[in-house]
Amino acid sequence: MTLVQGAREFVAPGVDLVALAPELILVAVISGVLLIDLMLPQDKKGLMMPVSALGLLAALGATLFLVGDVRITLSGMFVVDSFAVLFKVIFLLAALLTLALSHDYLKDDEIHHGEYYFLLLCSLLGMMTIASSRDLVAIFVSLELISLPSFVLVGLRKRDLKSNEAALKFFLFGVLSTAIMLFGMSLVYGVTGQTSLVGIASSLTQFPPLREVAILSILFILVGFGFKISAFPFQWWVPDTYEGAPVPIAAFLSVASKTAGFVGLLQILFIGFLGLADIWRPFLAAVAVLTMTFGNLVAIQQKHIIRLLAYSSIGQAGYILIPLAVVGVGTPELNAIAFQASIVYLLIYAFMETGAFACAIAYGRRGGGYFVSDYAGLSARSPGLAIAMTMFLFSLAGIPPLAGWAAKFFVFRALIDGGAYWLAAIMAINTVIALFYYAAVPRQMVFAAPTETRRIEIPWMLSSAIALSAIVVVLIGILPDIFGALARAAAGG
Amino acid sequence: MDWLMEWGVTWAVFLPIVGAAILVLLPRSSEMGIKVVSLVFTGAPLLLGIMLLGPYRASGGIQFEKNIPWIPSINANYHIGVDGISMPLLLLTFLVTFLCMIYALWHLPEPHNPKVFLALCLLLETGMAGTFVALDLVLFFIFWELVLVPMYFLIGLWGGPKREYAAIKFFLYTLFGSVFMLLGFLALYFQSEPNTFDMIQLQSGGVLDISRGLANLIFFGLFLGFAIKVPMWPFHTWLPDAHTEAPTIGSVLLAAILLKMGTYGFLRISIPILPDAAMTFAPLIGALAVIAIIYGALNCLAQVDLKRMIAFSSVGHMGFVMLGIATMTDIGFNAAIYGMISHGVITGMLFFLAGSIHERYHTRDIPELGGMIHQLPMLGGLLAYSAIASLGLPGLAGFWGEVMALLAAYSPIEGLNTGTFRVFMVAGGVGTILTAGYFLWMLQRVNLGTVPAKWEGKVFEDVHPLEMASWAPLLVLILLLGVMPSIVFGVTNDSVLRLIEAIGR
Repeated sequence: MTLVQGAREFVAPGVDLVALAPELILVAVISGVLLIDLMLPQDKKGLMMPVSALGLLAALGATLFLVGDVRITLSGMFVVDSFAVLFKVIFLLAALLTLALSHDYLKDDEIHHGEYYFLLLCSLLGMMTIASSRDLVAIFVSLELISLPSFVLVGLRKRDLKSNEAALKFFLFGVLSTAIMLFGMSLVYGVTGQTSLVGIASSLTQFPPLREVAILSILFILVGFGFKISAFPFQWWVPDTYEGAPVPIAAFLSVASKTAGFVGLLQILFIGFLGLADIWRPFLAAVAVLTMTFGNLVAIQQKHIIRLLAYSSIGQAGYILIPLAVVGVGTPELNAIAFQASIVYLLIYAFMETGAFACAIAYGRRGGGYFVSDYAGLSARSPGLAIAMTMFLFSLAGIPPLAGWAAKFFVFRALIDGGAYWLAAIMAINTVIALFYYAAVPRQMVFAAPTETRRIEIPWMLSSAIALSAIVVVLIGILPDIFGALARAAAGG
Repeated sequence: MDWLMEWGVTWAVFLPIVGAAILVLLPRSSEMGIKVVSLVFTGAPLLLGIMLLGPYRASGGIQFEKNIPWIPSINANYHIGVDGISMPLLLLTFLVTFLCMIYALWHLPEPHNPKVFLALCLLLETGMAGTFVALDLVLFFIFWELVLVPMYFLIGLWGGPKREYAAIKFFLYTLFGSVFMLLGFLALYFQSEPNTFDMIQLQSGGVLDISRGLANLIFFGLFLGFAIKVPMWPFHTWLPDAHTEAPTIGSVLLAAILLKMGTYGFLRISIPILPDAAMTFAPLIGALAVIAIIYGALNCLAQVDLKRMIAFSSVGHMGFVMLGIATMTDIGFNAAIYGMISHGVITGMLFFLAGSIHERYHTRDIPELGGMIHQLPMLGGLLAYSAIASLGLPGLAGFWGEVMALLAAYSPIEGLNTGTFRVFMVAGGVGTILTAGYFLWMLQRVNLGTVPAKWEGKVFEDVHPLEMASWAPLLVLILLLGVMPSIVFGVTNDSVLRLIEAIGR
């Protein structure tokens, strides 16, 4: 018998085009944007913005069409369920908001529009696919698709040294951590012979691997995600990268990209490695505690608003991560509660963080500056902007009745239910520490005397992004069950 | 009338926040319109509160209840209701806030801006009133936290020289307590069967079945939240700064109502839900209360700033309230609620007076003042009246709360060490003497003596009609509560007895 005879005949997997529709639309838009950049004269390139926005809306429509559906395609690599749909909607919304943030920003900076929109949409495509990826290879490819364009996006302000530094740092950290993660994945494949998450899970229960191998492979995989979600000790790139990058890209990294990292991580841990929760739980608990404590303590000393938001987003990552520390200690119900807590936090975080970045851009671009001290007396100059910024920051701090309280509430709920009183207490203390720096900005805006009296004019796209985020932050703060129900549906999938 | 019974409390709680929203929409220049709106939207809740007294039955337990689902996935409900413990505090909230709005007609501190100032006060009122009617722990938490931001800005924007420091200190301290309180709430939720945040359900027997150690741990979490708010010694250090730096109206609201949220928390949540843990903690609470009484009084003797002195006197008075609570008896609880009301009325009044004195002399330093009774006979007289009420003279409001707390300490509930509490009683008694001492000494230095050369020949305007209008109800209440304590006890006693019965079970 020859080798060829022994091999099974290759059967091309069936492709469910409806399930793939949002991604396919996105691919079309990406090609369109690229063509516009190549073919149209310089003065017509403004078209790229509306084309991208319309494309995103079309993809959003196609995604919403899939609500309530469960579709499995590409040999089980690609799954559309409530979890995937929920996060695809979030990614698309985040991308739309990023477009709104970018429009005005790009106008006055020397950034090539074509590359900008093209890269942004490519990165988004990776996020869309990671939400559906139920296979190590698919997850890896999606992660790379997210990361590679963002390396370039961060460095787009070519003539700015800080931007160059930001891109290089981001790139080196990113490549190193990805390499380590890939090694971890290969270990998993070596042990289980599977790349699909479901297959890995069943193989792990049937043939429990050597403890050492399991620890190593999980740790290595965590390194890759730790970089994406800016968890300690892989967060060093964050402040410099956010500060050097075009600010809308910093917002995109801290919201969409970070969420994508969490989406991949949640899928791997909850589908593939749930059986090994005893091994990864203590690591995640330690990482979460260190992440939030580091982020919050260092944030106190920040004078630059983007750096402050960067460290705050590290602290927030700790809060999102910490519910995973009770996975597997109790019933499957508890696992679902922890899963929901992370999801609710991610959803709420997306809006309050985007809002805060939008305000920072609105003020910074209109001559206000990016230092906290530049915000002196803003409440007298532009009360609306000052109120909005205060709302987003207090929401991040978790002050009711703004949405942030509900996010923290769901996390505390998971921790207490899992009996992790110590973790809850540590997070509680972190919440208090964080208020100190979150309140520092409103303190400047409201208590300090203004140095200028000029009002800040905010372009309509930016102000509608701020308004949308503000509405969500207030609405979810009063009726948190809207997101709670979405998270429950996603956990059911 | 059905409408009132069902939705009256809800309207009364949320009208102020509606008023705040309207104020935001009004142009900044229409100062009169802003003040009228704030008067209407604090007057209406007061009116509703008084109307509710009609159908209110002292023996009826929890009334005007409303219970509708709010966050189904965590089983949190919009559950509100009023009983004898919350009714007096709710009315006090409505009354004092309304009086503050009248006072605002006369005077607002720099940087003026009535629109924002009054909107924050209205927001604050919803938070305070909501705290007193919430019967669901999550709802309670939301209202509890709702007061933080407005008070932070009130102190930070309109306060004295060290306002920013005082504001953030207040904010951080309270938040520290309240996150642990929230963890306690969540622990209660998961330890109850069926899981619930409902205070009434949690109190009923059999729902909460937990080990002693865990009960103590949860009680401690709640204790942190409430004790910081009261504030009990040694958590009180935010209070002198916040009170001293806050604008007059801020100090009044802080002293008259915000502090009561802490003591109310003990009576509404900690003790009924965790009675056994409360018994364990009672001697500690009693000891801290007595330390607060003595410590507050000694500090008052050393204070130069009139407002800071009144702030420290609050520490002592709240010590009496906590001593009453620590005895776990009906007399003690009644004394505590009475003490909260009388402290709210009297100390609120004292802060008004301190503010008005500062407006006239532009200083509050006791040594710099003198002979005020000669220059400002009316204001001086009112200061004497309020100070004497505060030191607990029989016949005025301050008397009953203190004397009954001491009386309760003589024979605490069975299971608590009588000897210990009698020591507390004696120490508390010493505290009353010290209290009398510092108030009289203050009166001697401020009111009596000759007018210092500095103020010689200056003409000050005595009490303005608007000031009088905002003070008159408080002044009347001080006397009325003193001679007819049954006004309060009649409302509270039945609910207190229910509470005692529930603890005993």
